[in-house]
Amino acid sequence: MESKSVTKKGKVQTSQMTFGQKIWRNRTLLFMCLPAIVFFIAFSYAPLPGIWVAFVKYNYRDGIFGSKFVGMQNFEFLAQSGKLLQLTKNTILYNLAFIILGNLVAVVMAILLNEMQSKIFKKVSQTMMFLPYFISQVLVGLLVFNLLNYDTGFVNTILVKLGMEPWGPYSDKGVWPVLLVIIHLWQTTGYNSVVYFASICGIDEEIVEAARVDGANGWQKIWYIILPSLKPTVVILLLFALGGIVKGNFGLFYNVVGTNPLLYDTTDIIETYVYRATMTDFNFSTASAVGLYQSIIGFLMVMITNFIVKKIEPDYSLF
Amino acid sequence: MAKKKDLDLQSSGPKVKIGTSDKIIRGIGYVVTTFYALACIFPFLIIIGTSFTSEEIIRSEGVKLIPEGFTLKAYEMVVAGGLIWKSYVLTIILTLVGTTIGLSIIAMTGYALQRKDFVLRNGISFFIYFTSLFQAGLAPYYLLMTQTYHLKDSYFAVLLPLLMSPWLIILMKNFVKSIPFEITESGKIDGAGDMKIFTALILPMLKPALATIGLFLALGYWNEWYQSSLFLSSQVTVVPLQYNLYKVVNEVQSLKNSIAGQYISLADVPTESLKMATAVLATGPIVLLYPFVQKYFIGGITVGAVKG
Repeated sequence: MESKSVTKKGKVQTSQMTFGQKIWRNRTLLFMCLPAIVFFIAFSYAPLPGIWVAFVKYNYRDGIFGSKFVGMQNFEFLAQSGKLLQLTKNTILYNLAFIILGNLVAVVMAILLNEMQSKIFKKVSQTMMFLPYFISQVLVGLLVFNLLNYDTGFVNTILVKLGMEPWGPYSDKGVWPVLLVIIHLWQTTGYNSVVYFASICGIDEEIVEAARVDGANGWQKIWYIILPSLKPTVVILLLFALGGIVKGNFGLFYNVVGTNPLLYDTTDIIETYVYRATMTDFNFSTASAVGLYQSIIGFLMVMITNFIVKKIEPDYSLF
Repeated sequence: MAKKKDLDLQSSGPKVKIGTSDKIIRGIGYVVTTFYALACIFPFLIIIGTSFTSEEIIRSEGVKLIPEGFTLKAYEMVVAGGLIWKSYVLTIILTLVGTTIGLSIIAMTGYALQRKDFVLRNGISFFIYFTSLFQAGLAPYYLLMTQTYHLKDSYFAVLLPLLMSPWLIILMKNFVKSIPFEITESGKIDGAGDMKIFTALILPMLKPALATIGLFLALGYWNEWYQSSLFLSSQVTVVPLQYNLYKVVNEVQSLKNSIAGQYISLADVPTESLKMATAVLATGPIVLLYPFVQKYFIGGITVGAVKG
């Protein structure tokens, strides 16, 4: 059947076929994509019309499209109350810290791992560093609680033994920006350093040898060979991360901080607010208004960063 | 592809004479790496230590790195409660079914979308990729799942949304890219159809990709708690392991359910050590398995990072 079309003659015919004929010839390939297409229609495209709920005053009886249309009222309320600004600020500041410090620490760890001579040490330490990536965010929440809670937490048992005052971070909103950044780094550094470690391993040994012969010391090797070779990877990964700057790490914040109103000022991000509005308050209109605001900003951020990536390194641009 | 294999066993630079600066860097490296690696496993040791510590000691002295008043009571109660085994069975079924279905679809799609002669490849690729650029958000998704699909309290609400993601399909495409198109062409010349070419010629060559992506999927199912928290209400008693852990940690009622009537008053329930024992049981299989499969994840991260 289709095998004939591979011959020279068949190839000439391909260009003369109509679009419908081409698709008919690709019907098996189209069929192979069909389950995925159905999946994304059902779970990603089908919810899109529901965004309308952001523009109505939702009530259960009338449904999304029967409820009273209120225009931009849901957005105005969020903007005027200052909630939107606070959520955006928290989300972006946390992400900036995660991105910048996360990549910095990952690069440092990758360089240090590369310097290790003992293979077994390298392998064992890399395996240990990778462990936090494999566990659920629920467990992360429990691990942190074990360390920090007031009554039985590990930190407080040490402080008390040393005759110091116990510490209660779960009622101290000021410390969470630092704590959350540390927890995030703890969970992601093993994962993030893999990419940089791979780039370092890809450096041509001859360049390093040549530098050695010319008398370069260890610091110079890192500064003049390793770091410059990592620069493109760092820039690309930073830019892509910036594309997701308004998307928060819901699992981390929800499991570590939980629903603790004492800490909302410094720990409430867009995702946690939307989750509570949906699941606790059933305030679908407000939740959707915040969600739509986030989706639009997020979309613009990806477009902008992709545009920049395309300018500096066309091979890496997403589209 | 060839490079990723020896990534985690990479040799350590040339054997040239070592200067003072190298020794300093190496020294710093060993110290920092050791401390960091220990910090990564330290919180796990506390969970394990505390799970074997008697409740009175936890309440009076706090959590323990090394068990004191060694007891298996928490484990006995969780095991006797029976709920954890049901959670295990549910989680294993979800993981096996979800990974098998998801992986099959991702592999087929990834192959078809990498075929140069498929006229719709760019259109469909963008159709899938667009879903990661713009999302409806949680509230419309929740309303659709519960009111249109009626998936509230259904395990399908957990199984289906985790089947695939644009990122995993792109990852598969990147793996397929390394297989020369000539393989497909040779199949065509032999008269094989596209499906036959895929199953007989391409799939065997995709083994590393299937392992990597299958493990990403399986990890997603094993660690799933989010969809469960959205769609499985308190009406559902048997929930996936991690959501069960979430409930045991955060809800007193669930803690009581997990040990099914083995207490007289709540004050007698060893709540803290129970949480730890549940955490150890829910996470144990992952911690035991991951050192053996981590190379596949490393392969996936490096292949995926090149083009996201």
